[in-house]
Amino acid sequence: MSARPNNRSLLVKLTGLAVAMFMFAIFVLPPLYDLFCEITGIGGKTDGAYTAVAVEVDTSREIEVQFVATNNATMPWDFYPIEERVIVHPGESREVAFYAQNRTGQDMVAQAIPNVLPNNAADYFHKTECFCFNNQPLAAGESAELALVFIIDPDLPVSVNTVTLSYTMFDITDRAIAQVSQVQ
Amino acid sequence: MAHGPATLADGWGKYISRWVFTTNHKDIGTLYLWFSFAMFIMGGAFAMIIRAELFQPGMQLIKPEFFNQMTTMHGLVMVFGAIMPAFVGLANWLIPMMIGAPDMALPRMNNLSFWILPFAFAILTSTLFMEGGGPNFGWTFYAPLSTTYAPDTVNYFIFGVHIMGASSIMGSINIIATVMNMRAPGMTYMKMPLFVWTWVITAFLLVAVMPVLAGAVTMMLMDINFGTSFFDAAGGGDPVLFQHIFWFFGHPEVYIIILPAFGVVSQIIPTFSRKPLFGYSSMVYATAAIAFLSFVVWAHHMFTVGMPIAGELYFMYATMLIAVPTGVKVFNWITTMYRGSLTFETPMLFSIAFVILFTFGGFTGMMLSIAAADMQYHDTYFVVAHFHYVMVAGAVFSGTAAVYYWLPKWCGRMYDETMGKVQFWIAFIGFNITFMPQHFLGLAGMPRRYADYGLQFADWNMVSSIGAFMYGGAQILFLFNVIRTIGWGKPTDDPKVWEGAEGLEWTLPTPAPYHTFATPPKIK
Amino acid sequence: MLKRAQALFLRLLSPVIALAIAGNVSAESATRQLNMPQGVTEVSQAAYDIHMIMMWICTVIGVAVFGFMFYVMYAHRKSRGAVAANFHENHVVELIWTIVPALILIVMAIPATTALLKVYDTENADIDIKVTGYQWKWQYEYIGEGVKYMSELRTSQDEIYGRAPKGEHYLREVTEPLVIPTGKKVRFLITGNDVIHSWWVPDFGVKRDAVPGLFTAAWAKTDVPGTYVGECTELCGIGHAFMPVVVEVKEEADYNEWLAGKKAEAAEYASTIGKEWTFDELMVRGEEVYERSCAGCHQSDGNGITGVFPALKDSPIALGAKEGHIAVLIDGVAGTSMQSFADQLSEVDIAAVVHYERNAWGNDVGDITQPIDVLNYKQGQ
Repeated sequence: MSARPNNRSLLVKLTGLAVAMFMFAIFVLPPLYDLFCEITGIGGKTDGAYTAVAVEVDTSREIEVQFVATNNATMPWDFYPIEERVIVHPGESREVAFYAQNRTGQDMVAQAIPNVLPNNAADYFHKTECFCFNNQPLAAGESAELALVFIIDPDLPVSVNTVTLSYTMFDITDRAIAQVSQVQ
Repeated sequence: MAHGPATLADGWGKYISRWVFTTNHKDIGTLYLWFSFAMFIMGGAFAMIIRAELFQPGMQLIKPEFFNQMTTMHGLVMVFGAIMPAFVGLANWLIPMMIGAPDMALPRMNNLSFWILPFAFAILTSTLFMEGGGPNFGWTFYAPLSTTYAPDTVNYFIFGVHIMGASSIMGSINIIATVMNMRAPGMTYMKMPLFVWTWVITAFLLVAVMPVLAGAVTMMLMDINFGTSFFDAAGGGDPVLFQHIFWFFGHPEVYIIILPAFGVVSQIIPTFSRKPLFGYSSMVYATAAIAFLSFVVWAHHMFTVGMPIAGELYFMYATMLIAVPTGVKVFNWITTMYRGSLTFETPMLFSIAFVILFTFGGFTGMMLSIAAADMQYHDTYFVVAHFHYVMVAGAVFSGTAAVYYWLPKWCGRMYDETMGKVQFWIAFIGFNITFMPQHFLGLAGMPRRYADYGLQFADWNMVSSIGAFMYGGAQILFLFNVIRTIGWGKPTDDPKVWEGAEGLEWTLPTPAPYHTFATPPKIK
Repeated sequence: MLKRAQALFLRLLSPVIALAIAGNVSAESATRQLNMPQGVTEVSQAAYDIHMIMMWICTVIGVAVFGFMFYVMYAHRKSRGAVAANFHENHVVELIWTIVPALILIVMAIPATTALLKVYDTENADIDIKVTGYQWKWQYEYIGEGVKYMSELRTSQDEIYGRAPKGEHYLREVTEPLVIPTGKKVRFLITGNDVIHSWWVPDFGVKRDAVPGLFTAAWAKTDVPGTYVGECTELCGIGHAFMPVVVEVKEEADYNEWLAGKKAEAAEYASTIGKEWTFDELMVRGEEVYERSCAGCHQSDGNGITGVFPALKDSPIALGAKEGHIAVLIDGVAGTSMQSFADQLSEVDIAAVVHYERNAWGNDVGDITQPIDVLNYKQGQ
C-alpha cells in the first residue's frame, strides 16, 4: 500500500506536535503566566523596582495603605511591620519599614514575597526600593529594619481607597547555601 | 501465522508469545479491554474502601493517611487505567473494521503503546506498599502538597505518569494515522461512522495535552529533586501556576474521556431505533466545537483561587457556552429515536441511561459554571456527584453498552440478555443511590476528599455507601456475563447480529476473522 | 422479568428508606438539609438565588426534553408496531435548538455577572482579619489590634476513633472560634502557611483558597448573631477533614467586650509567662496539647506511623537534651512535614507538650520543661 511513507511523515509531524506541546508547557507557559500576572495583577503580584518619575502629588485623595506580615511554614523569625497602616496621597513617595529578627541559633537567609490587594491596585503600587528585591540574610540572633519605599500611582482606580500590601517571609537558607556552594 | 493466531492448543509458550508480540489490532484491542477491566476492578476496590470508611462518621477501618492514598489512586486508576485504555481498546478493535482497513497504521508501535501500560500501573500501585505510602495528594496533585510536602514515592508517581502519557500519545498517533491513511477507497471523512470521528478528535486532543501533563510532572520532578522553583513561591514560582497548567491539560482530558463515549452512543442508538443518526454533520461539528472549547475554559476549576474578576467572568461565559454544542448532541440522539422502531436490548438500555444521566450531569455542570454559585459548590460532594454523573454514567455506561453491543461480533457468541438487563437495572439504580445523595451532601456543606464528617452528614453517606456496594456488585455480574458469553454463550454467525445495525463492521462474518479487509471493501 | 427485579430491588432498598426516615426524626434533624443554605449575608443570598434560578431552568428543560424522550420510548416501540421513518436531518430544527439555548445562556449571564460582582466587592471594610491556613488549623489575626490566635479542632482523637461516644458537635467544634460583630463589613485576607487550604463558611457564601505566598480577599456583613460552621475545602494532607471553621457573630457591644478581653489576655499572658509549673500540671496540659496538635501524626501512643511520622516513644530527641527537643518544635525540621510550632503554640503549650513527650509512654527523662526554657530558646540564649 502507498500508505506507508505517508504514515512516516504523519508520525514525525504528530510526534513533533507532542514534543512542541511539552516544550510549550515547560518553557512557554510559566513565563507567559508571569507576564500575564504582571499585566493583569493576577495574584496581586507587583512589578520589580520602579524608577521614580516626577508626578504631581494628588492631595485631594487619601489612600490608606495597610501592611501585613506573614511567616511561611518553617520560618521562625519575628517579622512584622513597624507601622501597620499609613495614609498617603497618590504620587507621594513614602518610606516604611518592617522589623525582622532571627532568634534562632543559626545564620539564615529569607526571601519576602509581596502581594497587593485588591488585585487591580497591583499595577499602581510602585516600589522604588524594597527589601523584597533581594534575599535577606540574618545571622543568629541578629535583627534588622527592612526598608520599603513606595509611590501610589495617581492613576489608581477611583474605587480603591485601601491598599493592602502583604509580605510572606520564606526560609530559603538551604537554597541559598546550595547556590553559594555552586558558585564556589 | 498462516494458520491464524496461536491458541492454547499450540502450547503455553506460543500462546503467550502471541499476545506479547502481537501486532494484530484485534488482539491489542482485546488486551487493552481486559487491562482496563482489571484496572476498573482495582479502582473500584479502592472506591469500596473509601465508601466503607465513609459508611459512618468516625474513623473505623483505615487511617486518614491511607484514605487520602485511596482517593488519589481511585482517581488516577479510573481515569488513566480504566476509562482511557477501555476506549483505546474499542478504537483498536473497531476503527479498522469501521473504515475498511486491514489493521492499524503503525502495528508495532501499537504493541509497544499497550505493553508499557501495565508497567506504568505496576509502578504506581507498588508505591502503596513502599515506605511513606502511595500518592496522597489527590488525582489533581496540586503543588505544594505534591512537591514540598509529598511522600518520597512521588518520583515513582511521576515516572508512572510519564509512561502512561507516552502510551496515550503513541496510541493517539496511531489512530490519527490509521484514519487519515488507511480508509478504504470511497470512505470519505463525512462518511465515517461517528465513533471514528469522535476518536480522531479525541486523539488530536490527546496529542496536544498529554505532553502538557508530562511537562507539569517534569516541572514537579525538577522542583522536588533539582532545586528549581516553578511552583514554589519562595523561589519566585507560584503554586497557582501548577493549577493553570494542570487544568490546561485536565479540562481537555475530561472531553478525551467523554467524546469516544459520545461516539459509542451515536452508533448504538440508531441501531436500536432502526433509523439513521439524526444530524450527522451537526454531530461532527458539535464534537469539534466541544474539543475547541475545552482548551479555553480550564480555569473554571479554579474560581475560588482568587483570580481577578475579569478572568472569572471570561471563564464563566466560556464555560456556559459548552452547553450549546452538548445540547445539540442530546437533541440529536433523542430525535434519532423519534419515529424510530425502538427495542430495548441491554446496549440500548445503557445508551438511554447514558443520555439521561449524562444530561443530568450536564445540568449540574451548567450550575457549576456560574462562578458566584460555584463559590458554594466548589470542592464539595456536589462536584463529586457532578463528575461521577458525567464520568461513570458517561464513560462507564457507554463502555458497558459498547461491550454488549460488539461482543457478539467479536466472539461469535450471544450474551445472556436477561443477565444483561438485570445488570443494567442494578447498575442504574445503584449508581443513582450512590451519587444522587451526594448532591445533597455537597449542598449541605460536605467537602470532598474528607476522611470523616460531622453527624449531620451521616444519613446520606450511609445511603451513598449502600448504593456504591450495589453498583460494585453489578460490575461483578458484568464480568461474569462477559466470561460466560465468551466461553459458553449461544453461538451466532449472523453478520449483522442486530437487525438495525449499519456499518462496515457488520458486513464482516461473525465472529470477526483474525484478519479482515485484506482487500479494501467498496464503499457506495 | 423486569417487574421481578424491581420488586427485589425495592425489598433490598427498604431498610435504607427506613433508615433515612428514622434519621429524619433523630436529634440531628435540625441541621439536616438538602439544599444550599440561604445564609446570612448578601453574598450567600446572591449565590442561593442564582443557584435556584439555574436549578429551575435546568428542571424545566429536563422535564421537557426527557418528557419528550419518554413519550418517544413509549409511542415508537417496535413492540407497539412502530415502523421506522427515515429522516436524518432538518436544518431548521437544528438551528433552533442551537440558538435557543444560546439565548437562554445570554439571559443567564446577566444575573450571574451581578452576583459575581457582589462577591468581589471587598472595598471599604470596617474590620480586616487575616486568615491563615496551617496543617491543620486556622490562625486568625485582627489586623491592627494585636490579637492573633489559633483555632483548631476540639473533638478528641477518642471520639474520632470510636473509643468514646461522639458528641453533638462532632467535628464542628474548635478551641477558639473566629468572632466578628454584626452590622460591620468584615474583610478576610486569606493565605496559606504550608500547603493550599480553602476557607469556607457556607452561611457567608465565602470560600477562598488559602495559597502560601498569595493573598486573596473575601468579605461578609451580617445582622444575624449566631454560630456558623464551615470547613477546609482543599485537600491539605491527613488532617484535611479535621480543621473546621467556626465563626461566632456577636452583637457589636459583645464583640467589643470580647476583643478587649482578648487584648487583656495577650497582655496578661506576656506578664505571667514566668510562672513555675509543677510536673503534674505540665503533664495534664501537655497531654491536652499533644492530643490536639501532635497525635494526628505521631499518634496517641507516641508510636508514629512507620516510614511517615517518626515515633516519639524511645526517640533520641525525646530522651536527649531538653534544648534539642524544644528546638525541633520551635524551628521545625526542614524538608519534612514537621513544621515550626513557634507561631501556633504558646510558650506554655510548647513547654507542656515537650514535658509530656519526655515523660509519657514510658519515656521517663524525669526533668521539667518550663515556659521560661522555651522563651530562653526563642531569645536565642
